[in-house]
Amino acid sequence: MSDLAQTADGRVTATSVTSPPIWYQGLVASVFWLLTAAVTWGLPDVIPWGSAGLFAAITAAGGIALLTLGLTRYRLGGLGDRIAVWGPWLIALGVWFLLWEFTTAKTGWLPKPFFSPPHGLLQVYVADWSRLLVCIGYSLRLWGLGFFSGISLGFVIGVALGWSHRFNYWGMPILKLIGPVPATAWIPATFFFFPTTFHASIFLVALSCGIPVAIQTAAGVSQVNRAYYDVARTLGANERFLVLKVAVPASLNHVFVGLFMGLYYSFAVLVVAEMLGAKYGLGWYIAFQSAYSAYANVYATIVIMAVLCSGIVKLLFVARDRLLLWQERGLI
Amino acid sequence: MSVLAATDGTTRALSLDIRSVSHHYDIAGTRFDVLDDISLSVAPGEFVALLGPSGCGKSTLLRLAAGLEAPRRGVLLEDGDQIVTPDPSRLLVFQDPTLFPWRTVRKNIATGLEARGLLPQKAHRIDEALSLVRLEDFADAYPRQLSGGMAQRVALARALVNDPGLLLLDEPFGKLDSLTRLSLQNELLKLWQTTGFTALLVTHDVEEALLLANRVVVLSDRPARILAEFNIVADYPRHRDDPDFIRLRREILHELGVQNV
Repeated sequence: MSDLAQTADGRVTATSVTSPPIWYQGLVASVFWLLTAAVTWGLPDVIPWGSAGLFAAITAAGGIALLTLGLTRYRLGGLGDRIAVWGPWLIALGVWFLLWEFTTAKTGWLPKPFFSPPHGLLQVYVADWSRLLVCIGYSLRLWGLGFFSGISLGFVIGVALGWSHRFNYWGMPILKLIGPVPATAWIPATFFFFPTTFHASIFLVALSCGIPVAIQTAAGVSQVNRAYYDVARTLGANERFLVLKVAVPASLNHVFVGLFMGLYYSFAVLVVAEMLGAKYGLGWYIAFQSAYSAYANVYATIVIMAVLCSGIVKLLFVARDRLLLWQERGLI
Repeated sequence: MSVLAATDGTTRALSLDIRSVSHHYDIAGTRFDVLDDISLSVAPGEFVALLGPSGCGKSTLLRLAAGLEAPRRGVLLEDGDQIVTPDPSRLLVFQDPTLFPWRTVRKNIATGLEARGLLPQKAHRIDEALSLVRLEDFADAYPRQLSGGMAQRVALARALVNDPGLLLLDEPFGKLDSLTRLSLQNELLKLWQTTGFTALLVTHDVEEALLLANRVVVLSDRPARILAEFNIVADYPRHRDDPDFIRLRREILHELGVQNV
């Protein structure tokens, strides 16, 4: 800011020496966060939601932290720089909380039960955290079992389809025929064929992510530059080496395309499967709560899902960047 | 420079016998004859250059010698044994380095040893091969980080670390800039002199053939037949302004149908 206020002829202006630099975005954000706290605490709820005090305390703490950051950001070095990137977002978040709080709990313009103020969601976490934790555990277990068995099988099938002509001859038409069918279409049949709905749900999640992985892997393996095989064969590679050390790494890029597609499908199928036949789980929780018009609980669960799913997506990105390091652009 | 030959002593130059080999491809129902009754004997330790116009079938001959394909007629023999499959004793270096982009330089060079399960015993050979092609500092680089000349040196090291008795070179310097090509030609010559493998080089560069080979075999346009053979007796290193060099160059170009140069 003003520490850089140097005129063209080299004279440093007087203010740059005396006033410490201030991060104005942080100050603006802190104003909105503190305003949110004041509105939440000061104005009464039209219909009581609970946890208003807690939300006010959280936003007030956030406001104070932002105020401190506004004054110290330039003394924090790299950490300060990293926080400052989010300045506009922190302001927007403050404005959003303020409007949200005001239009729902404080004025009732957006009425209960279809709308919930932020502290309404907070109240859900405070009151129902143990059941939500159980549901998260159940969902992760179902998703994990389905996703990892699905992608493992899909990957193996994909390699076989891409590698073996005979397997491709019989397998590819079947895969092309059933591949585009949404996994959810199988729900009635699977609930009949599997001993429990849990097993059926695992199968559906596995199916949803296994098919794109199989298709992409097969495409990747069959598109590998034949020259790599020639080189490896002259160097003494057997078939096992050609598959595992040439075909698979050469097609890993395609495999990850399939994994990302499969990941998104698996989330969709997970929630639907839980809504239909599970005893616990986030999908079940949403279906259960919306039956009682408890929309605050539904929104609160959607927030959890958003965090979980985007976290898993992020993990897959990290794994991909690690495994495909060799593709990175640019010189050393 | 002689590390490869000195430490192991397993390099044993192989002879290559090509007997009445003819070959054709069927592409979309049309028959393309590429080789027409080729017979050629390469003695152990000899450096033979196959010279011919582009697309005449030279590369096909190397693929047959490598064992990647079987000839339609005739046989190829390695030390008297028929060549039916690829074998690390006969290694092919392509015009494209064809390095595995997902492997570092070190792991590319290690490919042959790894594929044959020799890595535990012969891991030290990789460092020797790296220093042989002067790429010690790039051992952990990925192929995308290398220049064309460096990549081709890695390809050479990847072949030589297996102690091939016969090195098949398919226009290995064809895509390099002229300065890099000159320095790599010199390196190849040194490697051949110190390691002692038999070399069969396919090229359409007359000077390259004359600088490197003991014998230059001139092939016709497709389907390739042997038009002429020239024994080159001059000592190494050879010079382009040598009168014999110029005379041979003119004669070979004449055989190839290029005149007044």
